[in-house]
Amino acid sequence: MLTEKEVWEKLEVVKDPEIPTLSMVDMGIITKVEIMDDQSVAIEMTPTFVGCPAIKMMEQMVYDCLKEAGIEKVSVSTNLDIPWNSNKITERGLLCLKKHGLAPPPKHEGEITQELLEHVACPFCGSKNTETKSPFGPTLCRSLHYCHHCLQAFEQFKPVV
Amino acid sequence: MNTPAIKELLYKMADDLLIIGHRHSEWTGLGPILEEDISFSSMAQDKIGQSQALFQLLHQLGEPDADTNAFTRNANQFCNAQFVELPNEEYDFSTVRHFLYDHADQLRFEMLAHSSFEPLAKLARKVKGELKYHVFHANTWMVKLSQGTEESKARMQTALNNAWNYALGMFEESKFEKELIAAKIFEGEAALKTKWIHAITPFIEKAGLKLPPEKEWNPVNGGRKNFHTEYLEPLVKEMGEVFRVEPASQW
Repeated sequence: MLTEKEVWEKLEVVKDPEIPTLSMVDMGIITKVEIMDDQSVAIEMTPTFVGCPAIKMMEQMVYDCLKEAGIEKVSVSTNLDIPWNSNKITERGLLCLKKHGLAPPPKHEGEITQELLEHVACPFCGSKNTETKSPFGPTLCRSLHYCHHCLQAFEQFKPVV
Repeated sequence: MNTPAIKELLYKMADDLLIIGHRHSEWTGLGPILEEDISFSSMAQDKIGQSQALFQLLHQLGEPDADTNAFTRNANQFCNAQFVELPNEEYDFSTVRHFLYDHADQLRFEMLAHSSFEPLAKLARKVKGELKYHVFHANTWMVKLSQGTEESKARMQTALNNAWNYALGMFEESKFEKELIAAKIFEGEAALKTKWIHAITPFIEKAGLKLPPEKEWNPVNGGRKNFHTEYLEPLVKEMGEVFRVEPASQW
């Protein structure tokens, strides 16, 4: 009998298309796994940003993964029932981001201020002598920073409420 | 549920976002510095994604699907404020418009996060968090460019003066205004405008700029009722050009 836990485990191999060290599970964008019967499962996802162009691709990746694992009937849908925010990234996910060279988002209390974006710890040397260059980076979920200590430009995975 | 009133509200928001998103995208490849090129391009992506989500809500209410709605209507079927269709001009005007628009947009979505129309409230709760970054960006550059040189300050003041009455047109009231407020779907344009003035004033002051005197305030209305400037038609034609060549093609 297929269990919900098994499905969550299977999904751990599905990585974010932009960040190959981070699984979609750790990212916190898989919001529901429902076992319909032994050969049928329904997955619900939610986007990091409403305009995220990767969501259709990610739905397909989840679908392919579960089909390849031998589940006969898989449905994947996206909704905003449980909206994503950056606190949903797991502890392991935060480490994965750092491993990829991205500063992980700081935990927030439901409010983001411009100050929270300043002096982000550099993912390379840990210094907080850094500067925000732009709140927008190469993807919607990243911002641009510069470290005055190790003289490296770096990106942060943005905190989002 | 007052469907015609909800549809009108969704259409004006979706059209504002789509058209300003398209204008933002015109900075792609042309931004004055790389970071700014990326910023306007990213904001364009957000805006168009958000408009798509609103068009999907409209589709659920029986309107055409998002692509058909966005790309096959004529200019005189759009109900965006004229403010968002004006050409980008130079970076001064683009920045001022972005500042004035995004403060209004963020406040609108914050209000709608409490809407009695739950599908919109759900979307608004998500979007209001994303818009924070647009507002941060606008505030930073509004102040930075105004405090640059005498020339940059003068240009920002001129841009603000030129934008102002068009910006007031964002708050043109709907014929359903009373119904929307009574049904707790939306608190209304007048309430939004009051909050907006309150939100933008500290940054205008910090920038060392001045709002035009109140006796000169004269909102450029009409956009919500499908009256537009000469600039919308070429934009709409360009935006839908590829889609109209082969509407059935898959992307």
